[in-house]
Amino acid sequence: MKIKPIAAVLATATAFTLVGCAANEAAGTGGTSSAAAQTLTGKGASSMKAAQEKWVADFQTAHTGITVNYSPEGSSAGRSAFTAGAVQFAGSDRPLKDEEMGAGKFATCAADSNALNLPVYVSPIAIIFKLDGIDKLSLDPATAAKIFAGQITKWNDPAIVALNPNAKLPDSNITAVHRADGSGTTNNFTDTLHQLAPEVWTESAADDWPAAFGGEAATGTSGVVSAVSGGQGTIGYADASAAKNVGIASLAVNGKSLEPSAEAAAAVIDHSQTVAGRGEHDLAYSLDRTSEGVYPAVLVSYAIVCETYKDAATAKLVKDYIGYIASAEGQQAAATAAGSAPLSAAIQAKVKAAVDSIK
Amino acid sequence: MTHPLSTDSGPGPAGAPEAALAADPKRFGDRVFRGFATGAGVLILVILALVAGFLLIQGAPALFADPDRLASQGYGEFASWVLPYAFGTVWAAVLALAMAVPVAIGIALFISHFAPRRIAQPLGYLIDLLAAVPSVVFGLWGSTLLARALIPLYGWLNANLGFIPFFAGITSGTGRTILTAAIVLATMVLPIITSLCREVFLQTPRLHEEAALALGATRWEMIKMAVLPFARPGIIAAVMLGLGRALGETMAVSMVMSGGRNITFEVLTSQNPNTIAATIAQNFAEAYGLKTNQLIAAGLVLFLITLAVNMLARWIVSRRAEYSGAN
Repeated sequence: MKIKPIAAVLATATAFTLVGCAANEAAGTGGTSSAAAQTLTGKGASSMKAAQEKWVADFQTAHTGITVNYSPEGSSAGRSAFTAGAVQFAGSDRPLKDEEMGAGKFATCAADSNALNLPVYVSPIAIIFKLDGIDKLSLDPATAAKIFAGQITKWNDPAIVALNPNAKLPDSNITAVHRADGSGTTNNFTDTLHQLAPEVWTESAADDWPAAFGGEAATGTSGVVSAVSGGQGTIGYADASAAKNVGIASLAVNGKSLEPSAEAAAAVIDHSQTVAGRGEHDLAYSLDRTSEGVYPAVLVSYAIVCETYKDAATAKLVKDYIGYIASAEGQQAAATAAGSAPLSAAIQAKVKAAVDSIK
Repeated sequence: MTHPLSTDSGPGPAGAPEAALAADPKRFGDRVFRGFATGAGVLILVILALVAGFLLIQGAPALFADPDRLASQGYGEFASWVLPYAFGTVWAAVLALAMAVPVAIGIALFISHFAPRRIAQPLGYLIDLLAAVPSVVFGLWGSTLLARALIPLYGWLNANLGFIPFFAGITSGTGRTILTAAIVLATMVLPIITSLCREVFLQTPRLHEEAALALGATRWEMIKMAVLPFARPGIIAAVMLGLGRALGETMAVSMVMSGGRNITFEVLTSQNPNTIAATIAQNFAEAYGLKTNQLIAAGLVLFLITLAVNMLARWIVSRRAEYSGAN
């Protein structure tokens, strides 16, 4: 009597283990057989999780019989899985660096193939705040940098008052909230402060918040938004689509005050140059956030794919899927579902040319 | 095994007792049980050794790496990097215990010696129920409700008692401080300490209690003279078990506390020393290469802290053996 339940548990456990193995197998070596070729697997940045969910759903509806999996485990997990050959494409909040690129370095790709970095997801990062009686706030990069660096600690600091002459700013402390976990949002936000206010923000861009600047830490985008919206006299930064129940500050760059709108955010790429010395179709941008009329704090996420795949069936799947998400239709779907900023027509055309070159 | 006598002696005392004693199956049962118990004892050692081995092997690259390499590819020089987190781990746990232990002993005494039976039993179940709440729920409660509710209290403490170093500094505008985290942790360890203490208090020999009362002691004096000295090793063991839980708690701390990398005794500011467990959880998802090794090495430090705490508890309990129920 005692043996039977244990045996049953063991049997169930074994069954689960077997199923688990089978699932991993199919994902890991997708593309070797015709059945597996109908499954496309990607891994990477969690920033485009909502967009990928929408893209996958729409793509699978249009192409019955094809399964697309995207696991949002983080950019670095995606990059290393792509390099190791576990997935057919990666999502990343930054393009591959020069030392990470190179023909033959990627197990997913053909032996002489390099990787391609394609921008597919642009999302503005909003500076969010909560202060009783204040719903509009204007900041310039230097003031924002000083607040987040802990050099401005009161809401009625002369620098803030000068930018907001009509607001009744209280004599209360500022609590600046940043991400506790490593994140592409932090990387792009600190890069913005470093590019626009280098004399204040002396640290270069990094996934982890620089320890020298202190402030309050919260886990995840939702953690930051929750801490800011629940606090008093708080300020933070988060993906604009997640900014609910908080005030959104506008950034004055070159004398022009800008809200984090889709057009102003997507314009950053149009004003930036691709990284020099890459392949003809590689679209890794080094973002120039200082141009006129662009909202500087944006996150650009890339799809990392192969120039040449080992087999044509996988290449076709990737071309179909990445081609869809970079199309006008795909970009609009992401804007609706995830609040991202659609790529401009010019960039869409460049990405399309790059996708067409995939073999 | 299919001895004819065994089926006869099995059903009950009606069978031939002499034959049953000599029968083989009983010895076989003994052997099986001894083997099972020994196996279980060895298994726990093997699991601990495997965990320690994993932490050592995976953490070694960071432990023995060149400091310059750690600075460029990891999170920075190991000892100075992990020290604030080790401090934060212990400091948060100590704060939590300072709040939880008196309350837990109070509840346990109430249940075991003061409350009428009709109230004591349901109260005991309620306390045990508190242990079943998952830590992520405590985290949600702490970060969205408790922290906000405590902002005015923290402001008052800072304004009126700011001369005490603990309450100095600039108070956080969100209430997500180490004190809030410690309150959440205290709530989480409360049921563990309470249930154990209650069981120990109930073990106090009735004769000791009655002797104290017969000598004219009040109820409080009886508890002070008979119950508490008898239960002291049990209380210490319960506290150490709670401390182990507080040291290792990850999710709730990660959600509730604004963790930084500094060493401070101020409990109301935005800059609190983070705990090791929360640091690992927050950074592991985006870590790669040497950073992964460094986080695992931090896990090894946490493992050693927990080990030291447990050994300390054992030592204290054994030193106080004269009070234990064994005599």
